[in-house]
Amino acid sequence: MSSATADAGHGHHDQGFIKKYLWSTDHKVIGFQYLFTGMFMALIGGFTVYVFRMQLAFPGMSVPGFGRVTAHDYNSLVTTHGSVMIFWVAMPVLIAALGNYLIPLMIGCDDMVFPRINRLSYQLFLVSSLVLITSFFVDGGAFGGAWTAYPPLSAKAAYNLTPHGAPLWLVAVALEFVAFLLGGINFITTVMNSRAPGMKMFDVPIVVWMIVIASIVFMASVGPLVAGAVMLLFDQTVGTGFFDPSRGGDPVLWQHLFWFFGHPEVYVVLLPAMGIVAEIITVFSRKKLFAYKTVLYTAIGTGVLSFFVWAHHQFVAGIDPRMANIFSVTTLLISIPVAEMVFVYIATLYGGSIRLTTPMLWALAFIGEFLIGGVTGIFLGASGSDIYFHDTYFVVAHFHYTFFPIAFIGSFAAITYWFPKMFGKMLNETWGKVHFWGTIIAFNFIFIPLFLTGARGDHRRIYDYTHFPDLMKAGMQEMRVLATLALVVLLAFQVVFLVNFFYSLVKGKKAEQNPWKANTLEWVAASPPPHGNFPELPTVYRGPYEYSHPEAKDDYWPQNQPPQTA
Amino acid sequence: MEATLTQADPANLRPARRAAVPSAVLGTLFFVVAEVMFFAGLISAYTISRANQLPGMWPPPGQPALPVGAGAVSTGLLLLSGAALLGAYLVWRRAPARATAPLLGAWLLGLAFVLLQGREWWALLGKGLTLTSSSLGSFFYLIVGGHALHAVGALLVLAWACARQLTGKLSPGLFFGVQTFWYFVVLMWPVIYARVYF
Repeated sequence: MSSATADAGHGHHDQGFIKKYLWSTDHKVIGFQYLFTGMFMALIGGFTVYVFRMQLAFPGMSVPGFGRVTAHDYNSLVTTHGSVMIFWVAMPVLIAALGNYLIPLMIGCDDMVFPRINRLSYQLFLVSSLVLITSFFVDGGAFGGAWTAYPPLSAKAAYNLTPHGAPLWLVAVALEFVAFLLGGINFITTVMNSRAPGMKMFDVPIVVWMIVIASIVFMASVGPLVAGAVMLLFDQTVGTGFFDPSRGGDPVLWQHLFWFFGHPEVYVVLLPAMGIVAEIITVFSRKKLFAYKTVLYTAIGTGVLSFFVWAHHQFVAGIDPRMANIFSVTTLLISIPVAEMVFVYIATLYGGSIRLTTPMLWALAFIGEFLIGGVTGIFLGASGSDIYFHDTYFVVAHFHYTFFPIAFIGSFAAITYWFPKMFGKMLNETWGKVHFWGTIIAFNFIFIPLFLTGARGDHRRIYDYTHFPDLMKAGMQEMRVLATLALVVLLAFQVVFLVNFFYSLVKGKKAEQNPWKANTLEWVAASPPPHGNFPELPTVYRGPYEYSHPEAKDDYWPQNQPPQTA
Repeated sequence: MEATLTQADPANLRPARRAAVPSAVLGTLFFVVAEVMFFAGLISAYTISRANQLPGMWPPPGQPALPVGAGAVSTGLLLLSGAALLGAYLVWRRAPARATAPLLGAWLLGLAFVLLQGREWWALLGKGLTLTSSSLGSFFYLIVGGHALHAVGALLVLAWACARQLTGKLSPGLFFGVQTFWYFVVLMWPVIYARVYF
């Protein structure tokens, strides 16, 4: 991180490196800590997927950078990829990093209401990351029971063959949830109690609303999973039989506890990404967000509905078919509010003066790619077709068409959009666009082939397809090779991003205070904002999306500009 | 913190915003929501496991009956403790110095609850109900133990509040936060008692 991040306001009060970057209570520094930890964990998640996809495309070959992949390694790699990408990349970057960085700036206050709890939140998260990384190196290796950790596979070391990795994984996940719980409490309380004077409920930027709603959903759903995690940990280490049918337990019980959290979790990460997209498309189409309140209410509706869909993950787990009917209906229902948000965004774009900057490209790609993820979800939400598609690569492709747009397209949109504010430098647009096209094209070449193999019945939990002649028929292996090669291309293009990121951080063009001519309050602060954010805390006079307003002299009208000077 | 002051001229600071709900209460309330869901998860898991048993297999054969009578006594103690804390708050609002006695009373009643629970556990362990002896034992110690851990944690914070009160330095933030959490511990217990002991 370069010179001026926190120096400006300090004068001779300059703290040392540790005080400033590692032990800070400043929300911006904590946001950066989450961001950089998340980016580091993404490298682990990317490396693991590279190794196991190579094994699937070229079974038995020695993977460059790893060596031969055994069946045991394969289980650990798949589990690590899933857990890291969701819990240690999507959550910290989308919610924790952006929430911490943006909320106080966008609502016009100097810091979170509980800054020390905020610091504790990051420290717990860091410990959880270290516990997870430690589990790669213990005897037996990292946990190999899949990221959903279904018992009995996850409960018995005799089945998952990772006697130390399994409990360490559970401890890491539980610690991480405590960290996000503390963070979420901070987000909600800050937005409730620290908004700038004049900022009413409907003047809060959509992205802040989305992070708040996501935090509430997270807090209400995480309890049962923590309960399940404690039970599973006891099954693994103390010898209880909560999930062991031979001792009066029930393995499906874990699936209920897990998915009661796991499905709302999808919306916990989706909503902030939707919020980011809302900010970006309004700024770059110079138009007011179409139907602010509709977006808000549908987001709340999505949050509420997300608690009633979880059992669609269990249509083939032996649940009562009558229950499956109910969950089919709720699952199909939840596509309505999400589709509504997408329509609202398209309506916002309609007739706007669109500027195709890098963040705007990412935001538009989010809408398009997420739409494919949503539409393919219909087949999995309807219990009849799910019975065929369950555990095929169709599910994998569907899931990645939702999660990749959320975790990566959303994050890239946010990073490219707020980079000038965060670091006071501009990213290089040309390289940004090269990275964008390389990533998006490669991404589609990974998962469209997997939709096709999945539709032909390709089972997702197989380590070496050469043992399954039915799955090696005409074209199947070629599809897998195509997906793997596209993955390697996608990973290679991330180097462009990293080079652009770190080069611009040091040598980039200096950013103005408001390079995108946006309305929200974070652009009122200097780039980068000093400790304490604003020289004078702002007062708010209007909503966040007044672009091209007839009464304003420019095509934007900052929230803090008093009406008479307009 | 200094930096904030050097930058923002105190004269320009906006008037402090009056929060409808103090931040300490709001923060604790959201924490309590997550905690309630944690216990809801445990209790529903217990209910499902119990409903799954074959007829005649509940309570599991050879396991001792749960001490319903002693449980009722501890429920009463805990409810009294909650009432004492509420009383302490009502007194504190008018005359902070006079709230010491009910505050200490609330703490002692809470401590009595935890000690009585400990005595019950000791007796049950002696009769052969352990964490691994049956699914009744597993769930009993998990749920009641989970609650006991919360009670002990809350008692530590309550002790801290008592100490601040004795030196006359009890801040409203701490007092509100402690109350919110202790009422959660108190009100969660009758639900657990009704669901697990019967």
